[in-house]
Amino acid sequence: MFSTIRSRLIVIALLVAGSVASLIPRSVTLRERGPDGVMRDVVIKRVPLKLGLDLLGGIHLALEIDQSKGTVANPRDALERALTVIRSRVDEFGVSEPLVQQVGADRIVVELAGITDPARAKQIVERSAFLEWRLTDMSNQFRDALPAIDRALEQAGVTTGGEAPAQPSTIQQLLGTDTAAAADSVQADTASTANEAGPLSSLLFSFGGRPGEFLVPEEDFPRVDSLIHLPEVEAAIPRGLQLVWGAEPVSQGARSYRPLYSVERRPVLTGDQLQDARAQIDPTSKQAVVQFTLTRAGGRRFAQETRQHVGDNMAIMLDGRVQRQPPVIRSEIGRNGQIELGNANLQEAQDLALVLRAGALPAPLQIVEERTIGPSLGRDSIREGTQAGIIAGVLVILVMIGYYRFAGLLAVSALGFYALFTLGGLASFDATLTLPGLAGFVLSLGMAVDANVLIFERIREELKLNKTPRLAVEAGFNHAMPAIIDANVTTVITAAFLFQFGTGPVKGFAVTLIMGIFASVITAVFVTKTFFLIWLQRRGPAKELTI
Amino acid sequence: MRLFDNANYNVMARWKPAMIITVLFVIPGLVLLAVHGLNSSIEFTGGTLFQVHANSPAVETQSIRTALSSGGITGAEIQTFGAADEFVIRARLDPRAQVSEETTQETERAVRAALTAAFTQEGYEIVRTEAVGPKVGSELRERAVLALVMGFGATFLVLWFRYEWRFGLAAIVATLHDIIATFAFVSYLNLEISLVVLAALLTLVGYSLNDTIVTFDRVRENVKKTKRQQYFYDILNQSINETLPRTVLTSGTTAAATLALLILGGSVIRPFAWVMTFGIVTGTFSSIFIASPVLLWVERRWPSEDVKVKRGIGMAAPVTA
Repeated sequence: MFSTIRSRLIVIALLVAGSVASLIPRSVTLRERGPDGVMRDVVIKRVPLKLGLDLLGGIHLALEIDQSKGTVANPRDALERALTVIRSRVDEFGVSEPLVQQVGADRIVVELAGITDPARAKQIVERSAFLEWRLTDMSNQFRDALPAIDRALEQAGVTTGGEAPAQPSTIQQLLGTDTAAAADSVQADTASTANEAGPLSSLLFSFGGRPGEFLVPEEDFPRVDSLIHLPEVEAAIPRGLQLVWGAEPVSQGARSYRPLYSVERRPVLTGDQLQDARAQIDPTSKQAVVQFTLTRAGGRRFAQETRQHVGDNMAIMLDGRVQRQPPVIRSEIGRNGQIELGNANLQEAQDLALVLRAGALPAPLQIVEERTIGPSLGRDSIREGTQAGIIAGVLVILVMIGYYRFAGLLAVSALGFYALFTLGGLASFDATLTLPGLAGFVLSLGMAVDANVLIFERIREELKLNKTPRLAVEAGFNHAMPAIIDANVTTVITAAFLFQFGTGPVKGFAVTLIMGIFASVITAVFVTKTFFLIWLQRRGPAKELTI
Repeated sequence: MRLFDNANYNVMARWKPAMIITVLFVIPGLVLLAVHGLNSSIEFTGGTLFQVHANSPAVETQSIRTALSSGGITGAEIQTFGAADEFVIRARLDPRAQVSEETTQETERAVRAALTAAFTQEGYEIVRTEAVGPKVGSELRERAVLALVMGFGATFLVLWFRYEWRFGLAAIVATLHDIIATFAFVSYLNLEISLVVLAALLTLVGYSLNDTIVTFDRVRENVKKTKRQQYFYDILNQSINETLPRTVLTSGTTAAATLALLILGGSVIRPFAWVMTFGIVTGTFSSIFIASPVLLWVERRWPSEDVKVKRGIGMAAPVTA
């Protein structure tokens, strides 16, 4: 199949192109906490090789449901609740890419790269969840106060704009929205034209949503978040109201927005008054709903409140974030009620039920494993590992060229391909590079030449039998093959078991080793052979092979 | 350049000194191991570990010990780690005591408090912590054992299918030699057994087998190729000598890599580098001096048809040659 040099070169070019493409620095959007303590999105360019915690520095926590102080009724549900709660706090960690993951049946793993204060991270994870139901600003008091807030901001020296366009074209935004949203265009218009000049109001859109609901373009989120926390703004917000963010961004057309709600400060209900919440398909409407049960006292209170506020919206907040769109109160609700989710599916209803239960039934967590690596240690590890790798590479190059001369030169250039393929493979499989992985890479630099050595020794032997270089090369490659395959199979197998049973750093080692072995076999039997073939074709008739 | 070109060493005759070296190396190491036990990392025992970087000369082993004991923590191990101003503090969980996950977390708080009280916040810096509860510890032990058993099991299966059983048996004996010798080495240096060190052990098994397999592939080929009657003993010698340049060169480049790691790779990876470096030495040794003599011994006890018919009974070559 790869008989001609041309087709071989094409294959090599494709492999190189693939590896390079997977290593080209990419723009990634990270959410980071700035020096002022506000989360913002930062776009950076970086090589898509993931580094493990042991190289980046950070904290690794494994948590389980604490059963030591009395049994937890439904540990599986408790774990899901805890997972929901921790995920909802991801922003608070203040790191760019937190990992929150269920491992096995009963464990949650949280990995926070680059964090410096493990005590704070632990406190965020272990804090019990707080659920509250609050009425939204039905009389639009906040919107009416917006001009005053804008004036207060202008007086404080905050001007409209920043890098974001002060007045994103309403038409442009409507183009992407569906017809239902387009029907609201009149209101969207008023929302942006009425307050167009203000530093805060120019960033808030309403699209004719519910009273007290605003949408903030995702890119303006950090700016608005810092604005609404300024003392001038807080003083100007009508008494009894508070601005809170929605938990999830929503999309309107092609753009992504953060919902911002103006809600009453006073909660109607808190999590301790909720007994249970379950997702169900309503038998009459066939729609997904969440049914909830309150405590006796909670039911009394809820009945009283809902009676007065039929037709109003009620925001469900977990840890200060509004979950989904606030539903409308249809009638007086006692101990049992249900939340209709419109055309949402059962999964979404289950998620909401989980949020409610998470706030109602705290899931006691205990830390069963904790590892922290300081950023300085991680940096040292990278530097030392890289140094070791460079020295190892130089030694291998010296030995190969010294021993095999011309053929060694071919092998060394193949080594360059080997390193490129290994790193490219790691990047395209989204593998994580850990410290043992780095060690595995250095180690495999030494091992990678093995296949070349096997082949070269064979070629030497064939040359000794007075074969021509062409025949010797051919025979050398063919005879070395069984030994190369046999020898590498065992290493791949042990590495596979290490991957299966190892923890993070060891997994990183196993992946690098496996990737390294494949790369070294490909370079030795394919790339080096192609070099030889090219040399054989070009050499003068009398030229000898120095090997 | 040529090394061991046309080498013709009677390697097989050296099995006795090789055996003596092995015994002399392994037995004291195993005795030491039996006396001291394995130095398991807290990953397996459960407990807490701190790596502390000293910012002031006041922080040294003795003052850390004093600080800890005045904070109510006794029995912690304190060692320098790689450099004079780096320390590792280990508080292992006593396997006999009643322990819970909270104990590890409390220990951590107590250690931080004790160090801050003695050296102030600026006097020291905690660069690494590990706190492993007893449940995770026993789980990791289980997984480590599983990885080792299944890793070895699978490689043995491959040898079984790929080779005739006599070759497989000899390769297994050579590999077991490497594992035992490595444990002896680990106990001499009192290296801590962690998951990463076990990973090195499994890797060196793969590496050592790799060496043995290359030699045995040559033996197989030479058995097929030889037309005239020849002692199996000589075929083994010939095969070892023919593969000697490759063995030396590959071991050399790999050893260059592991030595670079050992010297430059930093203190965290050093135990791994030690085990790998030793693994290359023992792997090379065993594939030359252990695997082939064992194969000869197995062939003598249970001669294969191939060797008997083609090579005659004459394979009972003079062992003392």
